[in-house]
Amino acid sequence: MTALTAKVTEPAPPPPPDARAPKRRGVELSLLFGAVLIAVLGHLYVGLATTGHIPGPAAHYAAGLAVAALVAHLAVRLFAPYADPLLLPIAVLLNGLGLVLIQRLDATTPANVTAGEQLRWSALGMVLFVLVVALLRDHRVLQKYAYLSVAVALVLMMVPVFFPAVNGAHIWIRFAGLSFQPGEFAKILLAVFFASYLAANRTALALTGRTLFWKLRLLPGRVLGPILAIWLLSVGVLVLERDLGTSLLFFGLFVIMLFTATGRIGWIAIGLLLAAVGAYAVGTFEPHVNSRVDDWLNPFASIERGDGPGQLAQSLFAFGAGGLLGAGLGHGQSFLIGFAAKSDFILATAGEELGLVGLTAILLLYGLLVARGFRAGLALRDPFGRLLATGLASIVALQVFVIAGGVTGLIPLTGMAMPFLAQGGSSVVTNWIIVALLVRLSDSARRPGPAEEAEA
Amino acid sequence: MIRYIRWCAYFCALLLVALLVNVGRVQVWEAAGYGANPANKRPAIERYAEPRGEITVDGRPVTGSRDSRQLLRYERTYKNGPLYAPVTGFASQTYGTSFLERAEDPVLSGTDPGLSAFPLWYELSRGRPGGGNAATTIRASMQLAAYTGLAGKRGAVAAVEPATGKILALVSSPSYDPAVLSGTGPKVKEAWEKLNADPAKPMLNRALRETYPPGSTFKIVTAAAALDAGVVTDVDAPTETPDPYPLPGTSTLLPNAGTGCADASMADAVQWSCNTVMAKIGVQVGLRGMTDAARRFGFNDGGLRVPAWVSRSNFDTDMSPDQLALSSIGQFNTKATPLQMAMVAAAVANGGELKAPYLVDRTTQDDGDPVRRADQRSLGRAMTPLTAMRMQELMVKVVESGTGRNAAIPGAVVGGKTGTAQHGVGNAGTPYAWFISWAGPRGGRPPAVAVAVVVEDASAVRGDISGNLAAAPIARAVMEAALSAR
Repeated sequence: MTALTAKVTEPAPPPPPDARAPKRRGVELSLLFGAVLIAVLGHLYVGLATTGHIPGPAAHYAAGLAVAALVAHLAVRLFAPYADPLLLPIAVLLNGLGLVLIQRLDATTPANVTAGEQLRWSALGMVLFVLVVALLRDHRVLQKYAYLSVAVALVLMMVPVFFPAVNGAHIWIRFAGLSFQPGEFAKILLAVFFASYLAANRTALALTGRTLFWKLRLLPGRVLGPILAIWLLSVGVLVLERDLGTSLLFFGLFVIMLFTATGRIGWIAIGLLLAAVGAYAVGTFEPHVNSRVDDWLNPFASIERGDGPGQLAQSLFAFGAGGLLGAGLGHGQSFLIGFAAKSDFILATAGEELGLVGLTAILLLYGLLVARGFRAGLALRDPFGRLLATGLASIVALQVFVIAGGVTGLIPLTGMAMPFLAQGGSSVVTNWIIVALLVRLSDSARRPGPAEEAEA
Repeated sequence: MIRYIRWCAYFCALLLVALLVNVGRVQVWEAAGYGANPANKRPAIERYAEPRGEITVDGRPVTGSRDSRQLLRYERTYKNGPLYAPVTGFASQTYGTSFLERAEDPVLSGTDPGLSAFPLWYELSRGRPGGGNAATTIRASMQLAAYTGLAGKRGAVAAVEPATGKILALVSSPSYDPAVLSGTGPKVKEAWEKLNADPAKPMLNRALRETYPPGSTFKIVTAAAALDAGVVTDVDAPTETPDPYPLPGTSTLLPNAGTGCADASMADAVQWSCNTVMAKIGVQVGLRGMTDAARRFGFNDGGLRVPAWVSRSNFDTDMSPDQLALSSIGQFNTKATPLQMAMVAAAVANGGELKAPYLVDRTTQDDGDPVRRADQRSLGRAMTPLTAMRMQELMVKVVESGTGRNAAIPGAVVGGKTGTAQHGVGNAGTPYAWFISWAGPRGGRPPAVAVAVVVEDASAVRGDISGNLAAAPIARAVMEAALSAR
């Protein structure tokens, strides 16, 4: 535990007086063209590999994807002309790859074809992207809705408890035949709340509690309350809904944003300690979580017991079968993973059929997306914007790490959707909104001219 | 705050690096281990993704493949499965492979590097060349003659070409259809359990894997050993053997089945199958000479592959004289596979040189390009050419005017030897009927075929069991098929 030292934010450097800042919209357009091309070629390749002929609606598919990408591009061009040109193409490419992988897995499960549904969700996500970019002209508006958004987030997270569990987790709500994970949206709302709350209170947080952490009782309840609330919330979600991934994400997000706002390692240590206590308690008393940890420690235990390979073992087999170059789209056997092959384990299909090369490319795309988010945060000049950009980038990074690390045996497996790739409407829509917010933030960051300082 | 955002970014970069390193570990470092895990279905899926190559007889496939539309896509089918089961064995998705299906599996399943000119290309493209074919040395007409001759009775037939070692017929009866084991699922499991529980042992390849006391057919080995060792120089000279013959060192008397064996010559002893004379000659040759001769004919060799492994035929190497006497007439611990006894007849027919028997003539790629040709190997000399000539004369006499008249074929030279082997505790079991023979066209040309037949049918009346009645007609049918095919 290091001593906590007070730290007030340094003044922001003045922006360079550059009247003709590059907009880079042409770069975005050509990158988008490449992204659409890759997705369409993948679509054709999978069709040829699995059915032996070019899929019938290939032209429609290509046209649809191109039009959607173009509309999104035009929205950015009109409403966020200074936005980072990498964000949209990366999202389109990942979403397109996800559709290709789901189409490929559909070929192995003719009884359960989901690519069409995923396509509709993706379209909805892109519509929401356009709406967010068009209607939210200044990200600082969101600050006003901090308490509203945290309230909505709590409601969204509590609702699924009253719905039946699916695969041992209460994270879905169902109505009108659609299943839906409200917890996905809560991520964004929480990031907004954290950003505005911390932007307002970071001085108080940074200057209190000079000594060991039992002196924390001296903190005013107003500051301490939300912290404890969040911790209880993450554990509560975990216990009530058995959603290990989401609680891990909330906690990680909270700790990262708290650190960004205050720079206090001590707080982080406290947070991690609380997390460890919570995780240990849950891991010990909650059989669902306990078995996940056992699985991670020994993925082949079920084989030795004679029960055949479990999901994680099948996932590792798939990654191993891919090797360096992969079996090629449509030539793998990742369907052996079973029912979650299209959702939690979609990365295993990518690993088996595109190989280490393809998987590395996909992970680097995520890395690029996250890096661009952080970049926007660094270039912004208001604390709320910085914290929001950092939070959103961290959400993407944590999601990728938690699920990719889980399916490759790096960390215990927790159910979570791979952003843009995995089957799951709520996840795709949520991530499109995240990208839309990052587009807005990066536009503000790169916009020339004196920006108003909005220091709390 | 800028600095802290940077730190967070570095932290996320660290997470990315951890992911990349771990993915590299899983996909490259651990990949081979995961691929070899028995619970990993991928090798099996890949193996059955393409139709298996064919096993051919007379250039026509006796196997096929069926698209099961299951995870393991192609299942093995057999045209006339029971007839060729001892040759092909089974190729089961549940129980693996046996016999030729096992021995030639790399070629048939398409993994043999000889199947493609550029193995590296298949490594890179993750493809497999189509399964290759294995052409057998079997002749369909002979196989069928042997199978119908046995007519479901327990027994076996092995026929070889003396000059080359080609196995021309390999029949075991009763047989089974390997197709019932091809797939997966409860039906296959049921069939497997049923076949294994069947008291008639239909899955036992009696021609290669079952050893029987060869009985009087072993007298050919004993006679050849005596001629080679110089113990007998004149086959027509009387041997001064009493009837019955008291086993040396004991008071046990060895009787003969027929009469006229007292003081008989070796020629007569072979012609009329005299136990007394041949037992005495075996003792005269001595333990060393007999074991050497048996070894030269192929006994006591556990390493024979055709390419499926063949059970070791046994002639004891450490015996008292009375045991040697019994062993020399194919009793006591002497045991032989039908293929081994066919090799004994073939060695006589081939002028004393024993050729290694083999079953696969050549393997080819699916488009017919050769992969490998069988090379004919010699197992060495079983006897001198002179001894072989004399033995041929003795064996011809058996068929012309001795115990083996049922094997005679008009217009052909046939030599043979009958056998009736006792077995079981105190010889209580029904004796096995044996017949070994060879046949060739008249006019001094070399014999074309050597056959061994064993019938162990427990349903026959004890008195009817004799090589001449039960086994010789089957041998004749097989030899006729061999001669008419030429």
